[in-house]
Amino acid sequence: MATNHLINQSTYQPVNLSTSQLINYTLFLADNALILGQRNSEWCGHGPVLEQDIAITNISLDLIGQARNFYQYAASQIGGPATEDSLAYLRTEREFKNLLLVEQPNGDWAGTTLRQFFFSTYQYFLYLQLQNSTDEQLAAIAEKALKEVTYHLRWSSEWVIRLGDGTEESKDRMLAAIDELWPFTGELFLPSAFEIQVAKEIVGADVAIIQKEWQKKVASVFEEATLPLPKDDIYMQRGGKDGVHTEHLGYILAEMQYLQRTYPGCAW
Amino acid sequence: MTTTTTTSTAAIWKILEQVNDPEVPVLSVIDLGIVRDVKFEVSPTGGDLEGTVIVTVTPTYSGCPATDVINMNIRMALLENGYKNIQLKTVLSPAWTTEWMTEAGKEKLKAYGIAPPKPQQTVCTPDSFQQEEAIQCPHCNSYHTKLISRFGSTACKALYQCGDCKEPFDYFKCH
Repeated sequence: MATNHLINQSTYQPVNLSTSQLINYTLFLADNALILGQRNSEWCGHGPVLEQDIAITNISLDLIGQARNFYQYAASQIGGPATEDSLAYLRTEREFKNLLLVEQPNGDWAGTTLRQFFFSTYQYFLYLQLQNSTDEQLAAIAEKALKEVTYHLRWSSEWVIRLGDGTEESKDRMLAAIDELWPFTGELFLPSAFEIQVAKEIVGADVAIIQKEWQKKVASVFEEATLPLPKDDIYMQRGGKDGVHTEHLGYILAEMQYLQRTYPGCAW
Repeated sequence: MTTTTTTSTAAIWKILEQVNDPEVPVLSVIDLGIVRDVKFEVSPTGGDLEGTVIVTVTPTYSGCPATDVINMNIRMALLENGYKNIQLKTVLSPAWTTEWMTEAGKEKLKAYGIAPPKPQQTVCTPDSFQQEEAIQCPHCNSYHTKLISRFGSTACKALYQCGDCKEPFDYFKCH
């Protein structure tokens, strides 16, 4: 990987792009779950109705739990001073490997549920493969999380259908959300060096298989939602997996990491 | 208490029956089915309580915030009973399922006003707008109930309402 310049020796930043592709992959899985969990949690107390406020924050909780499992596993591989907390709270923007999709702002309810639907569909087919990983810990985390993701996928599919095939207003909002988020879906299926390597070793998922399943599921839900599938020639954004993010991630980290940056080692 | 392994593990299981889930306080960790294994390694120097207790626990949901508290409560209960060396292990696989909940636990849930999980998982695919499970109201036993939200007050519960007695209630959803 040609990104050695990103490696940081500081003890507060225990890992960046490791030479171990399993560590990079584990962090990629963790970062996706953490950043979307953090984003969804912004709805806490602001959901459109109480039940949906509870739903989106429940989903946050599941995602943050998955992130913790992956970070703990990454920390055990890295060793030294690395902990689940240092990996979440003390890495910089360029060290995060999450997909650009999960760091996009919440927008309205259509934007939030569509982003969840795109991500849950991706995560569902990813974990389906990962539960058969030759790496026992990755397989166990995926097996555990798959039940939760099944609920997320059902819930978010239903919202895409409800809003897409709802009123004129809800449909307009869903169409606007598609315009906004579609360019960030291409990156899901552009494998990074670490994904290629772990797939080869049957440790990680094969991105090409996820892509096929993802497209099928999205097409069927969009059809039921009477929403048009975007054309193939739309320019796709990329960079998240290599630590090149949209401007939004820095703001998320500023809020999420503030306490640990200001009062290092502070505990509840 | 003796130093033989079998007697000691039996005693430890008994202690764990007193450790409750902080979010569903009528259930013990045993009722919930989250204690996977209990081991007692006798200390080479003898002494009834000098050995090492190893309790293997599995979380219900990846992000269940009660997990850390449960682990702490298990540790406290064992310390109170004189055990000094306690190890808590977390295992994720095989993933916890509501099928591991004891029958006694299900009855306690119902008496507490929470509909217990059904023995057969009927909603476990991601397909949208599936027919909902027929859940019995824990208050009036009616099956005339409807789902309000698939996500409830905790990660493990869904929210329902009874069409007859009109009471809202939690359902310990299949997982």
